[in-house]
Amino acid sequence: MTGERFRIGFLPLVDAALPVLAHEIGFAAAEGVAIDLVRDMTWATVRDRLLYGHTDAAHMIAPLAIATTLGKDRPAVPLAVPFVLGLNGNAVTFSTKLAEEAGLTDTLGDPIRIGAALKQVADARVAAGKALRFGVVHRYSSHNYMLRYWLAGVGIRPDQDIEIVVTSPPFAADALAAGEVDGICVGEPWNSIAVDRGVGHIALATAQIWRRGVEKVLAMPEATLNERREAVAALVRALHAAAAHFVEPGAAEESADILARPEYLDAPRDAVLRAITDRIRLVPGGEPIHYPDFMFQYREAANFPWRSQAAWLYSQMVRWDYMAFDDAEAAAAGNVFRPDVYRAALAGSGAPLPGASSKLEGGLDEPIGAGSTQGRLTLGSDRFFDGRAFDPDDIETYLAKLP
Amino acid sequence: MRIAIIDTSAGRAAVISDGLREAGLDDLVLVDTSKPLVAQIEAAAPEVVLINLENPSRDLLEDFFAMSRALARPIAMFVDQSDAEATGAAIDAGVSAYVVDGLSKQRIKPVVDLAIRRFQAFSRLQRELDDAKNALAERAVIDKAKAILMKRRQIDEPEAYALLRGQAMRTNRRISEIAEAIVTSEALMGDME
Repeated sequence: MTGERFRIGFLPLVDAALPVLAHEIGFAAAEGVAIDLVRDMTWATVRDRLLYGHTDAAHMIAPLAIATTLGKDRPAVPLAVPFVLGLNGNAVTFSTKLAEEAGLTDTLGDPIRIGAALKQVADARVAAGKALRFGVVHRYSSHNYMLRYWLAGVGIRPDQDIEIVVTSPPFAADALAAGEVDGICVGEPWNSIAVDRGVGHIALATAQIWRRGVEKVLAMPEATLNERREAVAALVRALHAAAAHFVEPGAAEESADILARPEYLDAPRDAVLRAITDRIRLVPGGEPIHYPDFMFQYREAANFPWRSQAAWLYSQMVRWDYMAFDDAEAAAAGNVFRPDVYRAALAGSGAPLPGASSKLEGGLDEPIGAGSTQGRLTLGSDRFFDGRAFDPDDIETYLAKLP
Repeated sequence: MRIAIIDTSAGRAAVISDGLREAGLDDLVLVDTSKPLVAQIEAAAPEVVLINLENPSRDLLEDFFAMSRALARPIAMFVDQSDAEATGAAIDAGVSAYVVDGLSKQRIKPVVDLAIRRFQAFSRLQRELDDAKNALAERAVIDKAKAILMKRRQIDEPEAYALLRGQAMRTNRRISEIAEAIVTSEALMGDME
């Protein structure tokens, strides 16, 4: 197949790596696909370009793909996700002042202990009439849901004990520097840039909140997926090849060179390289520490769109939009993720293909072999920090038990 | 009908507000993009918000609308749901419109249509300005290349220009491209003799 072209919208973030590298290193060309990358600064614009045909597909925060399908805030347009662009890779960064008040050290601390310290500060600030304020990248982002999951789990009630506002990724470090927010939850390299500028201190990697949390996805209108099935399969294969390349130890330097360029992230190469290699500088001037779970772009079939991941995001949408659980909506949310398309695209390649489309999320303590229809698949621990597990078939019971 | 305009380009904001005023829509609020956005919108309580598509505050703005809806405050903005075609045209022109729930389509459409036309006119002006700037830059490069040729080959200006033009025609390139190559090579190798 030749002559297929995909315009792909993206925001300047390290996890836009796969479409960028698929284009730059020739994985797309090898599949007969051309990629044009369209850079924006807000998710609203990425979404609008996708809905009104300026782009064919987009690097997108997973909950936004679900919210758009369900018609939250705007007319519903069904989107489809045939490929996950990565797991985790985000962090929670405190302002220097808050880091001091919460007693952060120069190692990655325990989420429960840091949460307890943060709760003391948050309570004191509420009593003083000036609640803490945290910035997340979008209302419908995994960042919002991960941060809220952690806060609620340590006894800090979002929207009551702490204010959560929206700050688009490229402006998150600025907001921290200007004192507009006391903390941010954002993707890389924007945490590292805050640290390097001396205005922030990384408190937690979001992987410490949920070890295998779904992050950016490749989203497209369902209509595009249906009309261009063969081309989408080729694009999935190209992205999968880019993912395999991305995690090779020798590839990091070149990937950082490419991603740092003005037309992509327009960010310091060193901050990008640290994120790619799972080395995080937590404090200004500190030595980066190695946290292998920081971001997942390939291993453990990270690109496979598990319907249970979409279901968890929907459960958090119900929780934080304070709406009633709805069976039909839950089903529609789960169906945004398309494991069937992923499997069809990669059948006959060496890629491990999970046999199931849904799993218990947060149920694994140790790496375990998982059923696959092709290749050998091992899944690592996917625990939530509070030890709870999510059963996608019983969302209501799960929600009832959450704080 | 109160209309708020949020635009990172002050020039374009002026062009749009002039247009709206000419059409008799003079209850306008120009949002100061250097100051916190939400407080200004909250205070103005507009019925329509026009914002440039690439404005960095769009996620923040949409979050504010969603929150105000959840809290059942009066300013509950929706993207215009009634007219997908007009919304598409607006996005193409580079403008995004949010409209308070319940405002009739007949009242919204002229505003959005006008904003689209003004955005397009502004883009056209910008393009013309860019073209003019490029033309000026090209002329400067050609003058420089002519000076280099005149000095090196001891020829006069018409001869230098004829050389440039002849080379451009033979190689099927623009005169400015040939001139640029000469200026570049002079910068790199001019003192080699």
